[in-house]
Amino acid sequence: MSARRLAAVQPNYFSFNEKNIAWAKEQVAKYPIGRGASAIISLMWRAQEQHGGWLPEPAIRYVADFLSMPYIRAFEIATFYTMFHLSPVGRKAHIQVCTSLPCMLRGSDELIGVCKNRIVSEPDILSADSSFSWERVECLGACVNAPMMLIGSDTYEDLTVKKFNELLDHLEADNFPPPGPQNGRHSSEPLGGATTLTTLPAEEKIKRRNADAL
Amino acid sequence: MLSDENRIFTNLYGFQSSSLESARKRGAWDETKSVIEKGAEWIIEEMKASGLRGRGGAGFPTGLKWSFMPKAGEGDGRPHYLIVNADESEPGTCKDREILRHDPHLLLEGCLFASFTISAHVCYIYIRGEFIREREALQRAIDESYEARLLGKNSVTGWDLDCYVHHGAGAYICGEETALLESLEGRKGLPRMKPPYPANVGLYGCPTTINNVESIAVVPSILRRGANWFSSLGRVKNSTGSKLFSISGHVNKPCTVEEEMGIVLRELIEKHAGGIRGGWDNLLAVIPGGVSVPCLPAKECWDLSMDFDTLREKHSGLGTAAVMVMDKSTDIVNAIARVSYFYKHESCGQCTPCREGTGWMWRVLKRMVRGEAHEHEIDMLLNVTKEVEGNTICALGDAAAWPVQGLIRHFSHEIRRRIKEYAANPKAEGAVSFPVKR
Repeated sequence: MSARRLAAVQPNYFSFNEKNIAWAKEQVAKYPIGRGASAIISLMWRAQEQHGGWLPEPAIRYVADFLSMPYIRAFEIATFYTMFHLSPVGRKAHIQVCTSLPCMLRGSDELIGVCKNRIVSEPDILSADSSFSWERVECLGACVNAPMMLIGSDTYEDLTVKKFNELLDHLEADNFPPPGPQNGRHSSEPLGGATTLTTLPAEEKIKRRNADAL
Repeated sequence: MLSDENRIFTNLYGFQSSSLESARKRGAWDETKSVIEKGAEWIIEEMKASGLRGRGGAGFPTGLKWSFMPKAGEGDGRPHYLIVNADESEPGTCKDREILRHDPHLLLEGCLFASFTISAHVCYIYIRGEFIREREALQRAIDESYEARLLGKNSVTGWDLDCYVHHGAGAYICGEETALLESLEGRKGLPRMKPPYPANVGLYGCPTTINNVESIAVVPSILRRGANWFSSLGRVKNSTGSKLFSISGHVNKPCTVEEEMGIVLRELIEKHAGGIRGGWDNLLAVIPGGVSVPCLPAKECWDLSMDFDTLREKHSGLGTAAVMVMDKSTDIVNAIARVSYFYKHESCGQCTPCREGTGWMWRVLKRMVRGEAHEHEIDMLLNVTKEVEGNTICALGDAAAWPVQGLIRHFSHEIRRRIKEYAANPKAEGAVSFPVKR
């Protein structure tokens, strides 16, 4: 468990823009009538996106009202789920560095060192020019591409201190390089070439095989 | 070694497109209607005969799980639900991600078969919040399937299924099936007491089946190619078929790969992951199934068969088949302390033994990393793990206890060494020397 509190300074007002109101209604329609509360995570997420990457208190109230839920239930959601940022994040990028065991084994601590040196000394606060912020997060689910991080919606994988520094140079210049592995491989295959899936059967053969088996 | 002919995930690495058209070329959505026409009973029997055990970690037989649902026409009118657990968050595990982003149509077709079998017309796929691009890929695949009338009303497959993506927002506990249900209903992910089991009282109080992504994604291949084909794969009893292994940590080429159940660990690492950094003599320990299972020391790993039963006999587990390799440069006490921190962070706080115990274990281990402890505290720590294990609503308590037990079982000599070194020279900086002396 972790204690999470709302930021001291909050905006006065939050409301979905028109596009997001329409989108939110679609989300609620995924669930049976009367079960709109199920949509709360996706709505809060959208509110966070609309508000520049963090979730202010008025947005929590707004989403609760939107779904006819008591405020406390929405507040519980906002504080329980750690992807909701309750205080402002970097204007250009909020960098989430995975530090769970597989990433730690491959050097995520050194990447944290880079964050401390180049961005700001502590996690979850803004850099001097408010452009960046960073935090340590638990497993992001790309362990064979460790060490890795999530920036916005994209993952940057197979990093080294050098690669991460280069990445930060790019980000500072408002240039987001292609996400994914940064060591030249395509995805999660072994570096240098896949050891499997080199001789795939032809489509006709697969279809004949299926028809025969059935 | 599994031949390419027998692999299920033929686009595991995304070398080809994940689109419907491309997936069809690889054999997805082929003869779907013929399978449906064989009926739910036939599907359950095939699934049981295939020997498929759930791929989410617990290894519960999938066919059996489906058979617990009220049969069609025998229910009380409540709708049935299928939920796919795509909340992959166990450190070390990154197999479902590849399915979601590269082969989503295998999953969707599996959803159709599973939903038909358990008489569900609605399926929710609960995907973790961090998988943003994966969620988009999955949604694209769903949209394509609706367009082709493979999903939705008046389906060409003979079974109408509405499939929705639902996402979380960063909570490991939501991978626990009842916590997932709570989260899906719009609450904090606090696990529910069982019984009642989800097959009777699940989502919105209705009969619900919850399966892992990989378990569902292999279903179409099993049904099309036959239970015999699937059960002929795998080298040992009780663990059949192929499985995605994620090999991370101190190997030369970390990767995810589909292999036969029961493959020998050495072969798995040598063939696919390019061997251990510095060779096998440099191996310290392996965690064979995600951080929740106890680690195994190097001497146990040489001819280790990667299957459910063997690993259980060794007091570890296959879990999600996420192999984490640690070489001799690893500070093993610190590594397990990191695992303990993970569980402290992810405990939902509902049950006292877990909420308090996970923090307690982490704090003691943190001291033990420096050797700043007493020898009797090793036994006390072990005792605490036993107090947590089995005394909580869900298995997170057990999962937090096991890695610590594994550490004490195999590396208590290392903890003792540090305690002695620290006691001899408590004030000096770096009183404990690394790497591990053996």
